[in-house]
Amino acid sequence: MARLSDRIFGLAMICVALVYIASALQIQVSFLADPVGSKAFPIGVASVAVICCVVMILRPDEEPDWPVLWTVGSILISIVLLVGYAYALRPLGFLIPTAIVAGALSYQITPKPVAAVLTGLGLSAGLFVLFKFILDLGLVGFPRGWF
Amino acid sequence: MELFDNLALGFSIAFSPYTLFLAILGCFIGTIVGALPGLGPANGVAIMIPITFSLQLDAVAALVLLTSIYYGAMYGGRISSILLNIPGDEPALMTTLDGYPMAKNGRAADALVISGVASFVGALLATIGLMLLAPLLSRVAYEFGPGEYFALYLLAFATLGGISSNNQAKAALASCIGLMIAMIGLDPNSGLPRMTGGNLHLYDGIDFLVAIVGLFAVSEIFFFIESHGKSSAVGVKVGKVRVPWADIWDTRWTMLRSSFVGFFAGVLPGAGASLGSFMTYMMEKSIAGEKGGFGTGVPKGVAAPEAGNNAAAGGALVPMLTLGVPGSGTTAVLLAVLVTLNITPGPTLFTERPDVVWGLIASLLIANVVLLIMNVPMVKIFVRVLQVPPAILLPGVTMISFVGIYSLTGSYFDLLLVVAFGVLGYLLRKLDIPTVPVILGILLGHQMEKQLRDAMVLSDGSAWGLIYTRPSDTTDLSVIALCLLIAAVLGFFAPIFLRKVLTKPQAVSD
Repeated sequence: MARLSDRIFGLAMICVALVYIASALQIQVSFLADPVGSKAFPIGVASVAVICCVVMILRPDEEPDWPVLWTVGSILISIVLLVGYAYALRPLGFLIPTAIVAGALSYQITPKPVAAVLTGLGLSAGLFVLFKFILDLGLVGFPRGWF
Repeated sequence: MELFDNLALGFSIAFSPYTLFLAILGCFIGTIVGALPGLGPANGVAIMIPITFSLQLDAVAALVLLTSIYYGAMYGGRISSILLNIPGDEPALMTTLDGYPMAKNGRAADALVISGVASFVGALLATIGLMLLAPLLSRVAYEFGPGEYFALYLLAFATLGGISSNNQAKAALASCIGLMIAMIGLDPNSGLPRMTGGNLHLYDGIDFLVAIVGLFAVSEIFFFIESHGKSSAVGVKVGKVRVPWADIWDTRWTMLRSSFVGFFAGVLPGAGASLGSFMTYMMEKSIAGEKGGFGTGVPKGVAAPEAGNNAAAGGALVPMLTLGVPGSGTTAVLLAVLVTLNITPGPTLFTERPDVVWGLIASLLIANVVLLIMNVPMVKIFVRVLQVPPAILLPGVTMISFVGIYSLTGSYFDLLLVVAFGVLGYLLRKLDIPTVPVILGILLGHQMEKQLRDAMVLSDGSAWGLIYTRPSDTTDLSVIALCLLIAAVLGFFAPIFLRKVLTKPQAVSD
């Protein structure tokens, strides 16, 4: 059983599609239903997806070059950082989270600590000036109550 | 002449200093966006949308800015293809095949100039083609009912898979993923929630921009982390830029042929610029034969794909403006912009908002001239931009995308979705599943379902309603819908048998 990636992805997508069909069957139907209704199209699309996945499982392509474990780790770290950024942007303002996340991402791409810190600080300040004063977006720079 | 009256109207709008300024600005940003590896035209336009709204541009100004970026990115894509052997965007892939060998032979400047001129020829002819063909097609489009539109959407999804992936099942799966995501939200007919899992954030559906920024921009950062920003140093020297007149004259027929083929490849819904550059390169290669030396760095191998992809970029605007069906990822983004600006693309656009259409066309002509000037004498400026290290560039792009989405929706939930789409995009691209059909699915899903349901309402639930659009008269077969459906089926299955000749081009290695 070589070429596992396509098969695993196909199997996972079949599960997603089946859950999708199951929840499509639960859609509330309006009393003013048209001949097709709100269920048919989602169910149809998900069924086509299942067929595609079966083909993927039966005839998988060559295995892609997956990164080594260490790189997967740094990709996971950046995902966590970006999720954290999404939560931090409102309470902490723009400058501090941006400096941290941009610096960390820069370090992940090219591991040079000093350059990464400078990139973080520079991007944070530069983009803030660009967004706030040139493009006039409503950004909050600092955590509330600092100034 | 109606055409000249319309053009005069267009130029009267486009020649205002403000619009002109926006066109030049758009060309400049677009060329940079196109030149940077990992930032394609769709991406560039998507990132600029929130900024456009925050500047409160009106419809014409916003469109001029964004289409200039679009055209600019199509020009810019060649720069990194030639100098780095990394396509700046997907359609520029074919340019690496001869552009990079040419640069290694010490003719980098010549390759840049030839491809710049080829881009100009392609884009100019395509814009003229757009002026001639779009009004005609919009007249045909008046005849379109829900059945025809449904068939057209099906055709777009079916043909999209032919070139964007080597595996039809994967391309179709990508479309299905997009359509499945599009169904999330309130059902337009009944107003009841579907597939939301009770999450209030999902009642409005998933914003198309969130998906595109995630799939294209954020997934890119994961790729750069994987490669640690290697392979992006400019290894070749750009000598003094001068115009190689002899080469340009030699490639004149290549440019003209490629422009025509590219334009029609672009007009096909779903095919887009990648198909344009691919077809033109293959065509010129077979015309030149063995002696042509394609792949070793010949001017024709640079001119053909560049004329082809720029012509396709113009051609892709035809179905987008006249039918509301985008021909590529970028025109899909432009379509989203139009809808957000409260302009409905389609046949009525040409009669109701001639200022938008002809203002756009006139500014495309202007943008083209500006781009030629920027890309031939000033090409060295853009070469310098390529030397920005990815460790600064990629975090910057990510932050700009995040802030853009945040300023548009003001919701942390959308930012989470961006990250989720970034991860999805990384996985899909790793598995060679194309991401453009996902985008098109999200964008067109609602319309596609609506047209199907409307067609079924008209035919009282009979499936024949798809081709017999007037059920009262069972002899009134809609030839257009039937042809579109047949084309969709053929377009989907033909590539399976043509795989030997129609493989997705792979980048050459050193």
